[in-house]
Amino acid sequence: MEKRISATSRRSEHGARRDGGAPDPLGYTAPAEGSEGNPMPVSAASSKVVYEGLKECGIRLLSVLPETWLVHLVSLAEADPDMILVRLAKEEEGVGVSVGAHLAGMRSAMLMQNHGLLASVNGIVSLAQLYRVPLLMLVSYRGGFGEEHPWQTEGGGVTEDLLRALRIPYLPLARAGEVAARLRQALTLAEASLRPVALLLCRDLMWEE
Amino acid sequence: MLRLEAMRAIYPLLAERVVVTNMGAAPAELFSLGHRPGFFYVEHSMGLVSSVALGIALARPELEVVALDGDGSVLMNLGTLTTLARHRPQNLLHVIFDNEVLLSVGRSFSTATATGSDLAAIAAAAGVPRTGTCHTPGSLAAACREALAARQLAVLVAKVEPVGPASYFIDLHLLENRFQFERYLRSLRCGGEADQAPTGEPR
Repeated sequence: MEKRISATSRRSEHGARRDGGAPDPLGYTAPAEGSEGNPMPVSAASSKVVYEGLKECGIRLLSVLPETWLVHLVSLAEADPDMILVRLAKEEEGVGVSVGAHLAGMRSAMLMQNHGLLASVNGIVSLAQLYRVPLLMLVSYRGGFGEEHPWQTEGGGVTEDLLRALRIPYLPLARAGEVAARLRQALTLAEASLRPVALLLCRDLMWEE
Repeated sequence: MLRLEAMRAIYPLLAERVVVTNMGAAPAELFSLGHRPGFFYVEHSMGLVSSVALGIALARPELEVVALDGDGSVLMNLGTLTTLARHRPQNLLHVIFDNEVLLSVGRSFSTATATGSDLAAIAAAAGVPRTGTCHTPGSLAAACREALAARQLAVLVAKVEPVGPASYFIDLHLLENRFQFERYLRSLRCGGEADQAPTGEPR
């Protein structure tokens, strides 16, 4: 249903001339649609462990707003005919989508950056918490130790305080070996408490450098 | 037209479907016409009604889902129209009652639809395949019937007067509504009574 611009038509090699026109002094590279060609060292192996953990938990719907650390996870969902992948314009919509899916009897999860968590706060409070709906939130934890991008650092600095203020239980996912069990535990707690639960996708898990 | 008249005109369509409403006057008026277990009133969290409806529609393609929304709410989450359009569920009808004001605050503060923003045109430009603006209860009911029969995602704007009931009180606690609604959707899948236990995977 979606119109897509193919990855090949958008991609240009680093530093190459584009369209036979002027030189490309900024060295533009268009992002590839899938994981191929992604120059960022996002861990494909860890992403696969997380995705398989979600599948084992019975997650059938994923709402996402892509960001760098999530590219492989989104690609895995795209390639999975049994997963409903909901592409959002803004993360707060995902709260509504997950609430609807839960009331309709389908397990879902939200996949977003911590800045997406910041953008979702009213939906979390005034919909998921007010109506006692479990939410499984996988949040990429940008802006922590090792963060090289200045623009990520303010959000990184408030992420855990925000979760505590919202009374959302959370745990970090920092090692592949702990992913499956913590996903199961998070879902179990969310469904028992009928409240949101968050897992923080940490740099040590998602980034290979 | 009055929103209550518009709602009365489409009530027979709503009564046999899954309905999600926004907050304020619309749920109070729908409730006054007769509550059904398939009605879910999303009090607060403005802008997310259509997202909730999308989640239900995608999870349960066999259900027909109607979202009753307002101009103020939709304007708080315009991106939802692009999300609806890109997923384009055939079983979702999004009705926006547009009274051009934020009514529930107690004084009529106008919204951007009062100064020319056209929500049906915005929805069409977002890629929603079926859109329209209705000015009478009869034309709204006809447009809703046609959209449901066409099995095509639709966003219909109903232009209504900026008036509402004296009280927005509903004698149904929001958690009571929420659990009743979930149980009802489960019963439709089980094909049995509303209180029947789920037969799917353990929750």
